[in-house]
Amino acid sequence: MSQLPALIPTTLILAGLLSLLVGLRSLRAGHLIALTGTVVSFLVSVIGLLEVPSSGQPIRYALGGWIPPIGIEFVLDHLAAYMTTLVTGIGVLVLIYAPRSIRHESPGKAALTYPSMALLVAGLAGMSITGDLFNLYVFLEIAALAAYALLATGRRGGAFATLRYLLIGAVGGGFYLLGVGFIYFSVGSINMADVAARLPELLESRSVISGAVLMVLGLALKMGLFPLHFWMPDVYTNAPSSSAALIAPIMTKVSAYAIVRLMLDVFPPGFFTEALPIAATIGWMSAAGILFGSIIAIGQQDYRRMLAYSSVGQIAYVGLGIALANPIGLIGGLLHIVNHALMKGLLFLIGGAIQWRTGLVRIPDMVGLGKKMPWTMYAFVIAVLAMVGIPPTAGFFSKVYLMIGAVQADAWVWFAVIVLSSLLSAIYFFRMVEFVFRDVEGAEESADDSATGGVSADELRGAVAGEVPPSMFIPIAILSAAVILVGVFNFLIVRALLEPAVAPLLGG
Amino acid sequence: MDGFLDLAPLLAILASAVAAVAVPLTGEKRRNLRETWTVLAAVVKFSLIAMMIPGVLAGERYGMDLLEIAPGIGLSLRVDPAGLLFATSASFLWILTSFYAFGYMRGANEAKQSRFFSMLAACLSATIGLCFSGNILTFVIFYEILSVATYPLVIHSGSKKAYEIGRQYLIYALTAGIALVAGLAAIYAVTGTLDFQPGGFLDAEMGMPFLWTVFLLFALGFGVKAGVMPLQSWLPNAMIAPTPVSALLHAVAVVKAGVFGFVRLVGYIFGPELFGAMGAATFLAILAAITILVASLIAITKDDLKARLAYSTVGHLSYIVLGIAILAPQAMLGAAFHMITHAAMKITLFFCAGAIYVHTGKKKVSQLDGIGRQMPLTMAAFGVGAVGLAGVPLVGGFVSKWYLGVGALDAGLSIYLWVFLLSGLLNAAYLVPIVTRAFLRSSPDHTRFNEASPLMVVPITITMLFALLLGIHPDGVFRFFSLAEAIVASVTGVTFTGGI
Repeated sequence: MSQLPALIPTTLILAGLLSLLVGLRSLRAGHLIALTGTVVSFLVSVIGLLEVPSSGQPIRYALGGWIPPIGIEFVLDHLAAYMTTLVTGIGVLVLIYAPRSIRHESPGKAALTYPSMALLVAGLAGMSITGDLFNLYVFLEIAALAAYALLATGRRGGAFATLRYLLIGAVGGGFYLLGVGFIYFSVGSINMADVAARLPELLESRSVISGAVLMVLGLALKMGLFPLHFWMPDVYTNAPSSSAALIAPIMTKVSAYAIVRLMLDVFPPGFFTEALPIAATIGWMSAAGILFGSIIAIGQQDYRRMLAYSSVGQIAYVGLGIALANPIGLIGGLLHIVNHALMKGLLFLIGGAIQWRTGLVRIPDMVGLGKKMPWTMYAFVIAVLAMVGIPPTAGFFSKVYLMIGAVQADAWVWFAVIVLSSLLSAIYFFRMVEFVFRDVEGAEESADDSATGGVSADELRGAVAGEVPPSMFIPIAILSAAVILVGVFNFLIVRALLEPAVAPLLGG
Repeated sequence: MDGFLDLAPLLAILASAVAAVAVPLTGEKRRNLRETWTVLAAVVKFSLIAMMIPGVLAGERYGMDLLEIAPGIGLSLRVDPAGLLFATSASFLWILTSFYAFGYMRGANEAKQSRFFSMLAACLSATIGLCFSGNILTFVIFYEILSVATYPLVIHSGSKKAYEIGRQYLIYALTAGIALVAGLAAIYAVTGTLDFQPGGFLDAEMGMPFLWTVFLLFALGFGVKAGVMPLQSWLPNAMIAPTPVSALLHAVAVVKAGVFGFVRLVGYIFGPELFGAMGAATFLAILAAITILVASLIAITKDDLKARLAYSTVGHLSYIVLGIAILAPQAMLGAAFHMITHAAMKITLFFCAGAIYVHTGKKKVSQLDGIGRQMPLTMAAFGVGAVGLAGVPLVGGFVSKWYLGVGALDAGLSIYLWVFLLSGLLNAAYLVPIVTRAFLRSSPDHTRFNEASPLMVVPITITMLFALLLGIHPDGVFRFFSLAEAIVASVTGVTFTGGI
């Protein structure tokens, strides 16, 4: 059982490397290896997810037998199990989905894509699970490099957008590393638990404070917090659908999670809120980001760009949860990590399905899609309801928790921002629902709802009628179901995983 | 038996939820089977709800907590007199509306009938869900589902205009929804509980700014659906939906969900005492009084029959809101009972309007000269509904208005008595001429007897009789009057002896 934590990232790294070698010969085998590796690490994560809450103890693993704090330690606790399950789960679904989509959108680059996906998931899972500040940086860079590879395989323009992302990413990573350096020199350790134990005596130290600020700033850059979000829209718009569907839901979230980890498990309670105004800064950046992202999203004509701006707003919900720094607010933020990952993953997968079927990316062109691919569009409606926060979908509950947290923190401006942003997201998403379910022409004349009316419309657009193949639809269906189930049963997650995770906030 | 009745609220919600799924799966090609699901669900649902009436009147509170959905808050179903009153009327009228809608949709040859019946069933699930919600969170969940499920019905025709109206509808409904979510978050953050309690659970120590914030958020949330001015403008527009929707949802289920929200707000969240002391009652009463008069005046100017009825609905919804805001036990009794009597009368009028439209294609009041000769049953029912809304005795509307008026006097707010009386006259002014035109004038279009399909005429007759029975023997139909008394007793502690 104690090897569990190590199995998660190492399986993925091995699968990634092997997939690269094999993939050059046989694409199919390469894909299979990457998928198998991800499935295995997902199953291991699920075991951890069940094991940790029942024992109540984190599972610790010292890498290479070196005893921490000298050696590197992996810690699978409540929050880490929560994150790795999410990250690997999304990885599995996207890897199932990817082949058909890639063959359509970026043929010839598949051999590179599957290993990169496995490595990306490896990096993110590693970030979630590591108990070592420097090791977190290593995984952060693994994930980042894999992401650059995935994104750059997109359309023309993708390479340039990725270059910008790379520069920002490097700066973010650099800040973080610098922060770790400061902490190491003043505390003398980079093991999280060890640092946490030694810190209380050193809180006045300037280098500790500088280290904290640098680390959070670096992660905030990686997280795409407004106004450090500017790389996001171009990157997501130009990336292949399956890459965007993997990166958009989980990449920025893991950086947000890393901030939470610093706040809960490394620095003493109250350090980010009282000693340093970091939490408040993140809060105001988030509030601005929520409004900015939602408002700009309204004006977008390109589906993927709309999703990207929506992501700018949504990641900021997590930021608000961090900033509120009370248990229920932080639970809302953490729950939103999963909720948003599920819904945004779903929306990008649907976007890929639309592209695969019709080649459309502009929203005004999508009129009448409801008839062409009804089941995909029902899934889209579920995703939209979740994004807007209609119960009982997942999006509703994270919003409620955040609002309660905001009232408890007397943060009425942030409270108002959450209220307002729900309405803004309703505007841009329901506009699209209206488009896809509107009949192409002469709606009044269509006498019945049988399929016969749709054919001429399809011919008009030169598109083929019908749904996407099962390998693309099944992940969409699973995510749609998950969006609803996570909503209905959200409290099970909160009780088993998140309440124990935010306990340090209570023990002040 | 009691164990089973604890399950009844859940089953009642699920009955129509199942129909909402079964209907589109059966599809247009087997439409008789599809219609069977609707009828089955409606009858089962109503029976389950009606079975709970004796127990609830005897003081039982059926229900269950399903699962925890937030710290300390379950998805909780509780049947109390207030919820049961509304649920009984909505589910009873759904049965009639179903048959009526079969006739209407087939007669008008409407498209997308599967979607229509499916969404109608979903709306009823949500309505019953919010009736039986034991706490604010559960209530808001169903309220939001109701908003969203109504949208496809509003845009049913698929015309450009329908989409525009649908957009307006969504903006109003979602704004209302998020206001409620905000309100409940505020209450939870401060009190740590969201359970409805007869007599309320907030108190003055929480501070006026907080209480007013909560009140305004909830008033916005409920005021939209209840059509309290200035939040009413979506309602007349929503008449673009097929008439069964206007009849059941925009005269009974959806709009009364807003009114019912006010019952919960005043009786079960704030409590009448605090609500009066903080000044919110006066504020709400003034808005409602203005709404009653202005809506009645606008109704007179409308030539489109459904638009006229829609403004009449706006006015009558505010009767109920005003009755609640007056806070006197008698007025509250009248308000609760008016939820039922208005439902019976207004659904009759909408049914008639729809029957006339499907059968003759006429939508405007000015076209109805002499139509009483062609459709005497329909127009007779219309007449009963019309005089009932004006407050003439022997129809249900008289009883509820009587108590509303007495309550206004009891509370020393005689001005509102004048509002009720004046509005009664205005009601007569915009509804009765339609009937006199229909019977007293003549037109070459309508010379011989030729009624609409029995699928429509029979439900019309039943709702008309329902409205009459409520006026003659208020407690005779599903014990609505006793339920209304039980609401007042639980909220204010005042019990009535003997009834009417």
